Amino acid sequence: MAYLDEHMETISREELEELQYKLLRSQVTRLYSSSPFYHARMREAKVHPDDIRSLQDIVKLPFVHKKDLRDNYPEGMLSVPRREVIRYHASSGTTGKPTVVCYTRKDIDTWTESLARGLTSIGLGPDDVIQVSNTYGLFSGGLGFHYAAERIGAAVVPASTGNTERQIELILDLGVTAMAATPSYMLHLGEVAEKMGVSIKKDTKLKVGLLGGEPWSIKMRDRIDEWLGIKGINCYGSSEMYGPMFTECSEQDGIHIWGDIAYAEILDQETGGPVAPGEKGELVLTMLQKEALPMIRYRVGDVTEMVDEPCACGRTHPKIRRIFGRVDDMLIIRGINVFPSQVEHALMGIPEVGEHFQIVVDRKGALDTMLVRVELKKEAFTDNIVQLMDLRERIAYRLRGILNIKAAVELVEPDNLQRFEGKAKRVIDRRDI
Amino acid sequence: MYQKYRIKQLSIFSENRPGRLAALAKAMMEEDVNIYAFSIAEGAGYGVIRALVDHPEKAFKKLSSMGVTVRYTDVLAVEMEDRPGGLYEVVRTLAEAGINIEYSYAYSGKRCAVVILRVEDIDRAAETLLDKGVRLLEISQFT
Repeated sequence: MAYLDEHMETISREELEELQYKLLRSQVTRLYSSSPFYHARMREAKVHPDDIRSLQDIVKLPFVHKKDLRDNYPEGMLSVPRREVIRYHASSGTTGKPTVVCYTRKDIDTWTESLARGLTSIGLGPDDVIQVSNTYGLFSGGLGFHYAAERIGAAVVPASTGNTERQIELILDLGVTAMAATPSYMLHLGEVAEKMGVSIKKDTKLKVGLLGGEPWSIKMRDRIDEWLGIKGINCYGSSEMYGPMFTECSEQDGIHIWGDIAYAEILDQETGGPVAPGEKGELVLTMLQKEALPMIRYRVGDVTEMVDEPCACGRTHPKIRRIFGRVDDMLIIRGINVFPSQVEHALMGIPEVGEHFQIVVDRKGALDTMLVRVELKKEAFTDNIVQLMDLRERIAYRLRGILNIKAAVELVEPDNLQRFEGKAKRVIDRRDI
Repeated sequence: MYQKYRIKQLSIFSENRPGRLAALAKAMMEEDVNIYAFSIAEGAGYGVIRALVDHPEKAFKKLSSMGVTVRYTDVLAVEMEDRPGGLYEVVRTLAEAGINIEYSYAYSGKRCAVVILRVEDIDRAAETLLDKGVRLLEISQFT
């Protein structure tokens, strides 16, 4: 098993925590004296850098929210002299006003290092050709993978998004071995390839999908792996953290969060305190080395759980399981929390339907209604209407078992639901609240 | 032996929304395909359209190219007399033989009335009906 930085990646937990404490302490001290934003926040919370005497003291520090980035748009949270900034990115603004993030040279380097460790842990290296099908430009996804792939000596195909037929030709012609994309785009590409008469599994050298940018389930991963003959690697990040940062290793069993780069907490959304070990909660990240736009106790808004057992790959850093959903795309239907990823999970167990779905939430009188629209696969179509009714009932039953609420099911024609090249928008909420 | 009586019916999965049937009918017109008989079975939010046409392969190809979910289903086309008791004579025979009809629809051709039957064991149904002197139509005999 190859490492990019064997010493750091296999450091003992005690040494790692000591290092994390040192980095946290020096970050907080620097920000208290040089960042007007963090200075004011710490004063408000009545906490001084001297109060941080152990790693556990991190809980004394106030949270940072996405809203803070918006309120301080564009550069109110910049924490280095402006001339040290060498790059800007901007978030897609899917859940509000766009935000701008900025980077020093060291920030770009830390980001690249973090993702390059991940790529190495999957077994990628100079022999690989990596097609980056994430958007290049203001979105951090494209350039993040680009830099990391170059760092490990792989050849980069900067395909960006769009023109799927051309993407498939490049995969064939350049012998692409790994591809970075969203999982829904990976599936879309597989479908388009089939229409072109190309089997990703048999006709290409593609063996790894570096997939992230939206929550997806293990069943979807297994389906991608089996159908396309690749390893679907779960990748994680956001522009506030730098960009795509963390990946699973070749074990495909949780995402390594490099502890010298980030400190992760999982928060109970009800109490605001930590969850019990192994419980789901909101991920809170502190970037320990970030310069231009530091993030201390940043409420990422993603729901996950921590895996605190050693990984079979030999790396010692903490892992998160996978992203179950967004705190803000969690639907509350009749008082019950519903994540679109749960619906996906339920549908993956039903071979007659495809992986594309749409959730329509509405309100009839005082009652919320939930409708799941799902594509019937061509080969599953039967002339027998009773069997189709049975299928609908089977899906509804399974949804009820997983979601704990009743959902109506509608079968729609294949290829009928909208496909997304970026983040999938699967929910239509018609409730007027 | 009863192969020639197996009529290739088109079964089409369709969402229940305005214009869907019109789009399918237009496609048949453009391909110069004549529809002898059809029926729509209504599910919840979707329907199954069943159609007998003069050129099933051509229709199938066209519909598939439009992304429509379509498949062939074998049915029997039974000639019946266009008078009271015509249908009874046909279905009584099947009832006596214990053959269940999954679905059925009818049309009145230029020469005679025709009932389309979907049954589980199509060969046994064909044999039973022929034994009783009932006339089954081949696709070339449609009018």
